Amino acid sequence: MVEWGRSSNVFLPNASRLYIDVGAHPEYATAECDTLTDLIASDKAGERIVHDLIADGERRLSEAGIDGTIHLYKNNTDSAGNSYGCHENYLVRRRADFRAFASALLPFLITRQVVTGAGCITRTPQGAHYSFSPRADHMWEGLSSATTRSRPMINTRDEPHANAELYRRMHVIVGDSTMAEPTALLKVGATDLMLRLMEAHAVLPDFTLANEMQAIRTVAHDMTGTATVELADGRHLSAVDIQWAYLEAVQSHVDGTIERTAEVDKILDLWERGLRAVREQRFDLVATELDWAIKHRLVTRYQERLDCSLDDPRLARLELAFHDVSPQRGLYYKLLDQGLVKRVITEEEIERAKAVAPTSTRARLRGEFIKAALGSSLDYTVDWVHLKLTGAHQTVLLKDPFRNEDARVQALVKEIEGH
Amino acid sequence: MPQTHSSSHGYEDDAPEPMPAPAKAESTDALDSLLDEIDDSLQTNAEEFVRSFVQKGGQ
Repeated sequence: MVEWGRSSNVFLPNASRLYIDVGAHPEYATAECDTLTDLIASDKAGERIVHDLIADGERRLSEAGIDGTIHLYKNNTDSAGNSYGCHENYLVRRRADFRAFASALLPFLITRQVVTGAGCITRTPQGAHYSFSPRADHMWEGLSSATTRSRPMINTRDEPHANAELYRRMHVIVGDSTMAEPTALLKVGATDLMLRLMEAHAVLPDFTLANEMQAIRTVAHDMTGTATVELADGRHLSAVDIQWAYLEAVQSHVDGTIERTAEVDKILDLWERGLRAVREQRFDLVATELDWAIKHRLVTRYQERLDCSLDDPRLARLELAFHDVSPQRGLYYKLLDQGLVKRVITEEEIERAKAVAPTSTRARLRGEFIKAALGSSLDYTVDWVHLKLTGAHQTVLLKDPFRNEDARVQALVKEIEGH
Repeated sequence: MPQTHSSSHGYEDDAPEPMPAPAKAESTDALDSLLDEIDDSLQTNAEEFVRSFVQKGGQ
């Protein structure tokens, strides 16, 4: 990292950002994507990029005379109960009633974990049980602009990294980090479809919850899918009931507000099967696609073999192995090799996304600029909206994330290449 | 800012584990071979390994 960007906060040639977050863990932010396949490829590319840092780290350990290997896990909690998870950012139109808009998404976010959760063994003083989401227990607020002091589900800090007159950022931090590509497709895909309907002012069922913090925990810890949460209007519904109603609402707008594509069909199919898996207690329906079900199968099988209790450390070790990002060592990758986990994108797309920015957004411009600048001896600064060569150069401001062509950037790249 | 797991928020600690439907024999075999392959590494110092996985602070 330091060699690439001469600091611990760098933008890479694939237009993503890599930095060291609070707590000294690496954090990777994909470039802006306007397709799900680009996003999933960029996300997986990030795992590979961070994994590549391990080789260097191990070499330096060895030089210091320390015998050891470095393990890197894309998971959600550590053994002391610290939580980190996954941030999702959706660009939405700016509106006066953003807080109400964001609040309306909360019942969806709280209940979607029954399909998109990472799954985990939860240990309590009374024993261990399997849960949908490791992140759920760490949420303490619905909306807030602070993330380290409080634990909101949506961070409302107004930072769109785009034209602020037009756009607002929906910064969702309640989601789990997950490994399987189909889980990512459903997690981001279904949320995107919900936001599209909300932005189109479609009439959606009102599932405002009486107590969001209690609801998210109730849902997380009930693998039978029958526990109900209380709504503000006094009704009691299960997470599956609520998700099913959202799914039907989305389905009713396909071929209308939502254009039907093969990808939309894929999302809706997986969404429905995921809900059926919980409702019918047939986890095999999604046991190769959704993280919680993949891990549940692993944990259950290994527990049978060991004939141990669910809080056995060897099962915790198994969970970690699943989240190991090493393509050689990680259990997720071994499952992939055996065809026990399905794919959405190809290995070639991931490899490409390590080096090349998404081409249909502003990311393309940032990627081309960084690539040219790195190939020169010129110093430069970059962030999500600015590109600048150090010295007496003008800063290029890119306020439209959807614009992937810009004469100013072309001229800048030409200047660098001619240098 | 270390946090501890909450354990008292309205769920049943002793909720029964649902039984998974039997998976296809073929993929069960593949899964078992895989578990055979990694069994040794998972069993080695599992407790210490898991306990030592702690981050400093964090978001």
